Amino acid sequence: MDLNYSEEENAFRAEVRAFMETSVPSDLAAKVRGGKRLSKADHESWHAILSRQGWLAPAWPVEYGGTDWDPVQRYIFEEEYVRAGAPRIVPFAVTMLAPVLIKFGTEEQKQRYLPRILDGSDWWCQGYSEPGSGSDLASLRTRAVRDGDEYIVTGQKTWTTLGHHANMIFCLVRTKQDGKPQEGISFLLIDMATPGIEVRPIITIDGEHEVNEVFFDDVRVPVANRVGEENKGWTYAKYLLGHERTGIAGIAFATQALSNLKSVARRQMKGGRPLIEDPLFASRIAMTEIELDALRTTSMRAIVAARDGNSPGIEASMLKVKGTLIRQEISNLARKALGPMAMPYVTEALDPGSNVEAVGPEGANAVSSQYFNLRKMSIYGGSNEIQRNLIAKSLGL
Amino acid sequence: MDFEHTEERKLLAEMVRRYIADNYDLNGRHTAAALPEGFSRERWQAFAELGLIGALFPESAGGYGGAGADIAVLFEELGRGLVVEPFLAALLAGTVLAETRSDCPQLAGLIAEETILALAHEEADSRYDLARVTTEAKHNPDGSGWVISGAKSVVLAGDSADWLIVSARISGEVTQEAGIGLFLIPANADGLSIRGYPTVDGMHAAEIALEAVTVDADALLAGEGSGYAMLERAIGAGLLALSAEALGAMDVSADLTVEYFKTRSQFGKTIGSFQALQHRLADVLIEISQTRSSLINAASRFGSDDRQEREWALSAVKVCAGRNGQMVAEEVIQMHGGIGMTWDYAVGHYAKRLVMIDHMLGDADHHLLRVANLSKGGE
Repeated sequence: MDLNYSEEENAFRAEVRAFMETSVPSDLAAKVRGGKRLSKADHESWHAILSRQGWLAPAWPVEYGGTDWDPVQRYIFEEEYVRAGAPRIVPFAVTMLAPVLIKFGTEEQKQRYLPRILDGSDWWCQGYSEPGSGSDLASLRTRAVRDGDEYIVTGQKTWTTLGHHANMIFCLVRTKQDGKPQEGISFLLIDMATPGIEVRPIITIDGEHEVNEVFFDDVRVPVANRVGEENKGWTYAKYLLGHERTGIAGIAFATQALSNLKSVARRQMKGGRPLIEDPLFASRIAMTEIELDALRTTSMRAIVAARDGNSPGIEASMLKVKGTLIRQEISNLARKALGPMAMPYVTEALDPGSNVEAVGPEGANAVSSQYFNLRKMSIYGGSNEIQRNLIAKSLGL
Repeated sequence: MDFEHTEERKLLAEMVRRYIADNYDLNGRHTAAALPEGFSRERWQAFAELGLIGALFPESAGGYGGAGADIAVLFEELGRGLVVEPFLAALLAGTVLAETRSDCPQLAGLIAEETILALAHEEADSRYDLARVTTEAKHNPDGSGWVISGAKSVVLAGDSADWLIVSARISGEVTQEAGIGLFLIPANADGLSIRGYPTVDGMHAAEIALEAVTVDADALLAGEGSGYAMLERAIGAGLLALSAEALGAMDVSADLTVEYFKTRSQFGKTIGSFQALQHRLADVLIEISQTRSSLINAASRFGSDDRQEREWALSAVKVCAGRNGQMVAEEVIQMHGGIGMTWDYAVGHYAKRLVMIDHMLGDADHHLLRVANLSKGGE
């Protein structure tokens, strides 16, 4: 039992930290910390910085432009970039699609798409959920009908995060109508510029445009754009969902958010004293701190298991549930910490270029919308209820 | 970074688990708990032959362990077995002796499991606050030692102990950390009256009154300047041990529930097929996993010289043990239904132990506030 990082790991952290300190643009860090809107260009410029360093896709094999870092190092890397105020690496291409391509794609697909992810030529989004297929993903109905060396795709995807930035979408489509629903699904790579595709925004309760609906109307997709075998897409989809689950707890983000919460609670006053000295509020923060301290170790247990070659099992589901609940609770407390000042919401002030001033202390403007935005966490990525089903299933129930 | 226990600790855990499985079923526990002292001397001797107490103390004190992981490993197994023998009392009192008088015969006797020791620190109105001590120690007017008067409450193994370690105020205000002394007193001392009783979870404790109990000068183990800090370290060991015990009890409670889910049928199906129950169980398992992580953190920080880091982790794990222990206790009874309410079935006894652990050495609320205070630097 040894909870300390090794000397090599500490040296690695120092190297990453030094890079982040000089490489994360300060205006970008300010936007992230202030809860401002990030533009497509913000994400792209950050990806480009990492890509130049060879660190955009640490988990990929070295031959495709990844690193030889083990899971512990990859965790340290994430901790450090979050600490430096950098935004989360947009996961759809780097951590979702790429592992599927690397494992199941043709050599040609790998050679074509992986470099374009690294150099920013392609922005991928994910076409999984449909209006009628959320948790029951296998019931999806978007059809792909074979016509020579093309598929004709018709249907609708939804909750497509940042789909309005994307030029490419990876989709699960139905290629067989009879039999078990899981056995009639294929995995297609689709160019968003193909005629017949329409992207419509979904505005979420915080008033923001992050997710979309994507409509397919007789969209022609080359058969060469199918990953793996026809009707085996469910296997690939599950592989994707199971990949890189060790990072699912979002420890680095929660740590950062908790530290922000504490500084807010130090600045906010209650009865003439800092809020953090109020026993009730301090206890609420303490409870979250205790839970996060434990979850960090739960997460490290899974990461170390992965490092030692054991596949993360049901821990991933536990981490997803608890990790999302903790992040939601931190945002809940951040909102409460501001009292009535959590109410004003001047959306223009969220735009980095805007000269409209927000109302209230720094960061207050985004705090409640952030709270509402984070309600999504216990719904996406396999809702927390689905994760509980998986936990029960792992016990043979 | 590595989360595996050493081979020695794994062997210790395995040995204890096997011994308990072979010799310590629920009926045996009930029988032992019903004895006048609340435990079986015979079993205590048997545990002695396994050398378990030595695992709790360092070599310098005659043991072979004493690290956080040693304490955690042993008490997790004791929790799994719902063991009633006075291990916790031994750890609390022994920790004081190991640091203050490592060569005394009482400690050697304790490690050999021939002598029983108890730490008498709690008082009727102290409510987990270690500094709130009203029992008084005054210099004996004849100049030969101390005269101690006061009362101690819910002293674990207080009615079977040969020796008591008693906290008493030598100087200062009632809530002051400075001025507290720890005294080693024979249980048969004049002026000492002990009323033993069972607790709701099948353990034993005692109310102890001290009326002008006179002891020699060398009864003082830790004086005005160091008594509180010594007490805090002993209680710290106890927090770790109780949390580990709770984790063991939680694990078994969950295992029993999974088993029951697979065998009990209603509406023509095993009840484990019902999602309402599956989700409750999943939440229980998540909290147990969190408790285990918190225990790992506390065990590894237990030896830290940084008081804030150490005490933060010890209070944190007690919050998890108390809060999650109660949650598990309530849930496993609910998920079992009526059978969980019966004396003959194990799960209710685990539940009682889990809930009572929250009443020992500070409940979840007490330690939550302590974590909050430690987090901002002061207490």
